Amino acid sequence: MLELYLLLAVMLAAAVVASETRNLLAAAVALGLVGFSVAIMFILVQAPDLAIVQIVVETLTVVFFTAVILRTTEIDTTVTSGLKMETAMFVAAFLAFGGLFLSLIIGVLQELPKFGEPLMRVAQDYIQLGLERTGAANIVSAIILDFRGYDTLGEATVLFTAVVGVLTVLRLAERRKPGEF
Amino acid sequence: MRGMSLIVQVITRLMVGMLLLYGGYIVLHGHLTPGGGFAGGVLIAAALILVSLAFGSVEQVERREYILSSILESSGGILFIALALAGYVAADYFFRNAGLYYIGKPLQMVSGGIIPLANIAIALKVGAGLFAIFLALGASRFVMKE
Repeated sequence: MLELYLLLAVMLAAAVVASETRNLLAAAVALGLVGFSVAIMFILVQAPDLAIVQIVVETLTVVFFTAVILRTTEIDTTVTSGLKMETAMFVAAFLAFGGLFLSLIIGVLQELPKFGEPLMRVAQDYIQLGLERTGAANIVSAIILDFRGYDTLGEATVLFTAVVGVLTVLRLAERRKPGEF
Repeated sequence: MRGMSLIVQVITRLMVGMLLLYGGYIVLHGHLTPGGGFAGGVLIAAALILVSLAFGSVEQVERREYILSSILESSGGILFIALALAGYVAADYFFRNAGLYYIGKPLQMVSGGIIPLANIAIALKVGAGLFAIFLALGASRFVMKE
């Protein structure tokens, strides 16, 4: 478990850097650090399927961000340096409400099942009957493409909507005259 | 978008074949080993994007290749829904495994009923979809600095 906590500390630090730095390229690199830490975390908890997807998607995301940043601007002018009174007040209010919320729900958190011991018995059924019912050796594929095919269809619809949206915006931008947005 | 230096182009020539091979392996073995349609599709899209970044995507944008990619993406989606409807026709349930899972033995290449076919459909959808988004963003004036 110690590695997981170390990774969590790295991720927290990288997330703070990503949101606070003025250099957008450094922010993209810090964001990539968060994503690859998630991938290492998936490997540590023995989920290679998700680790592969996370590594590939994170690489592609960082490439996208870098390509856009290199062709537009590198310095974020909206971030102001120095601690303002307002920011300090927001942080203090957030910490106060967060502490109150945690102290109220601490009893509920102790009732939750332990890590790796889910309450749902349907997962046990998937693991025991997966090979027999579907014939697929990879249990993750068996679940996402057979038992839970609807979820995968929804995911595919999300991607389809994204592609249609981007192409529609591009079509509209092409029709307008140059200089007009 | 213009291309990159000679070093990047040579390395890209060496890498892109291996990337495509690995992507195809992950897709086709999705029902046996870790991976599957989504991971393999993103890998294939990453290989195509690498080529676009290294050699420039001006021609691809001029030839409107994102429309071809979009058509491929839609055909992947139609294939996936057709597999789901095949389950409806053959075994009375949407997304039922279409009665194909007795073909081949488990743990072999031909096994798993519709799962390998669905992996291929999803790989087509994800790979072509991501590449279409990349090309469309590169073509857009919003990003173009000139």
